[in-house]
Amino acid sequence: MSDARSLTDIKRDLATGVRQMRARYPTSRSAIMPALELAQQKYGQVEGLTYQAVSELLDVPEIWVFEVASFYSLFDRSQTGRHHLRLCTNLSCMLRGSDALMQHLQNRLAIKSGETTSDGAFTLTDVECLGACEMAPVLMVDARYHGDLTTDKLDVLLASLAGQPTKEAT
Amino acid sequence: MSELVLLKNIDNPDASRIETYEKSGGYQGLRTVLRDYDPDQVIETVKSSNLRGRGGAGFPTGLKWSFVPKDNPLPRYLCCNADEGEPGTFKDRILMERDPHQLIEGMVIAAYAIGCKTAYLYIRGEYSVSIEHCQQAIDEAHALGYLGQNILNSGHSLDIHIHKGAGAYICGEETALLESIEGKRGQPKLKPPFPAVAGLYECPTVVNNVETLACLPHLFRRGEDWFSSIGPKDAPGPKLFGLSGHVRKPGLYELPMGMSLGEMLEVYGGGALNGAFKAAIPGGVSAPMFPSDLFDVKMDFGSLAAAGSMLGSAAVIGLDDTASIPVVARRITEFFNHESCGKCTPCREGLTWAAKILRRIEAGQGQVGDVEQLAMLCGGIFGKSFCALGDGAAWALGATIKHFRHEFDALIAPQTMVS
Ligand SMILES: Cc1cc2nc3c(=O)[nH]c(=O)nc-3n(C[C@H](O)[C@H](O)[C@H](O)COP(=O)(O)O)c2cc1C
Ligand code: SF4
Ligand code: FES
Repeated sequence: MSDARSLTDIKRDLATGVRQMRARYPTSRSAIMPALELAQQKYGQVEGLTYQAVSELLDVPEIWVFEVASFYSLFDRSQTGRHHLRLCTNLSCMLRGSDALMQHLQNRLAIKSGETTSDGAFTLTDVECLGACEMAPVLMVDARYHGDLTTDKLDVLLASLAGQPTKEAT
Repeated sequence: MSELVLLKNIDNPDASRIETYEKSGGYQGLRTVLRDYDPDQVIETVKSSNLRGRGGAGFPTGLKWSFVPKDNPLPRYLCCNADEGEPGTFKDRILMERDPHQLIEGMVIAAYAIGCKTAYLYIRGEYSVSIEHCQQAIDEAHALGYLGQNILNSGHSLDIHIHKGAGAYICGEETALLESIEGKRGQPKLKPPFPAVAGLYECPTVVNNVETLACLPHLFRRGEDWFSSIGPKDAPGPKLFGLSGHVRKPGLYELPMGMSLGEMLEVYGGGALNGAFKAAIPGGVSAPMFPSDLFDVKMDFGSLAAAGSMLGSAAVIGLDDTASIPVVARRITEFFNHESCGKCTPCREGLTWAAKILRRIEAGQGQVGDVEQLAMLCGGIFGKSFCALGDGAAWALGATIKHFRHEFDALIAPQTMVS
């Protein structure tokens, strides 16, 4: 997807949003995280040209941008599927069956955790506690939480997602 | 059951709107503060209320505020820690999603006390509903003059900006959180200097948890005597407990501190999911677990510390007869290993090693001496790590071995198992 976009395009797309973010902080460096988040919302990932665009828009070294992008796990540095499934496998979810759900998802999608289906529909990732342990086991689908899951509920969810074309907005 | 304070409106679908909040006494505490208190009196009141932080360490809130130097010409900052990542913990999410004005009002009161004009609310990036509802609450508060310039004609001004986290548990550690707001990798910094003296942008900074700040409007609206009447005298106030894991009724409960762990699990948690409880973790996975014969322990800061654990984030995780403690230990250790920021060797290398041994034991390939090796690693990490992540990891793992050594031994040498 990123092939056709030039540095100028990206800078134009992000300029207004980045300027608004910049105004919230006394230093431009603080606006790196929000700027990357804007880029990811817009393009679904962050990569080389985005780092350069953010660095030029904020007038900070590009390495500062890359340092941040590579530290925080919510920044996707490679293309993900149209839907990102993040299954919590931490303790409270594990005690309520997340291992079986992970197995089920891997079988149904024919991928391992960390991979994307060949049709580009789904990326599956196992994640740490999502802070919703009262409804364990929990799956985050794009920006939304789904709790109290069973394999049956998962099947219904997957079927409804297969019909949806794009990521839900945050 | 006693009166609900923090969760009073939690089931009202309109609780997040400012009209609902005002109708139930919202922003009265702030009005009282701005009318009757100077900033130092606010700090003194919070100090004498004995409110202790709800984020994990239980530090006295008023005392923390009093460390902000009075004569420093630099701007002061307030940062609310809503990074909530301690496994088992979900209280701050529910407060922010359902009744966010308690937090916003609390932030205005705290900012007034320390002389802060710009505050940051650091919410973990996964919490999109919390982010949306807090932003809406901020906008509503602005529109009615509770935020912005010259709040309620007091001369005090405050802006609150939300800073979204991006998936790093370590950013819940206060100095890492400040690094993250500064646009850097979230790695802890050496203390001292403490944030109160040199924090965000090297300026005096107070970091407080969501629930801590949400207590303030109630304290100032209803007074210190009322506040002190809830729970233990030395550390009173409303308190949230998150029950999860092998309990029949997982959920968020507002209960007086000082109740026994057993009562909490049986009466409010509804008992064990399968059979009986074997153990429970009292305050998030960093807090050492208790086997069921120690369930008499009281759930308050002092009692839990005396019993060798901590109230932490008050996330209570029940473990019943079907739980394998070595598997629980492996999962917890993998979590800490995954979230280790890599800055210091004991945590980075020690946890990698411990996780490897635990995986091997679980796979039935444990070796004689593995448990001793784990204990040795815990000793090498605890007290020798740069921040409390490493300490918590070693402390929690150590407790699984201390109380359930037989389960590890049984996996390592099943043939020698005694029934
Ligand atoms: C690894 C680690 C993670 C932490 N995570 C959180 C967190 O998610 N939320 C929180 O409020 N405090 C967290 N803390 C505690 C903070 O460092 C700090 O003590 C707290 O935010 C202070 O607020 P309080 O005084 O209101 O409790 C964490 C500490 C450590 C060492
Ligand atoms: S103890 Fe772990 S998380 Fe803390 S500074 Fe050291 S490596 Fe980083
Ligand atoms: S352990 Fe899964 S949401 Fe907390």
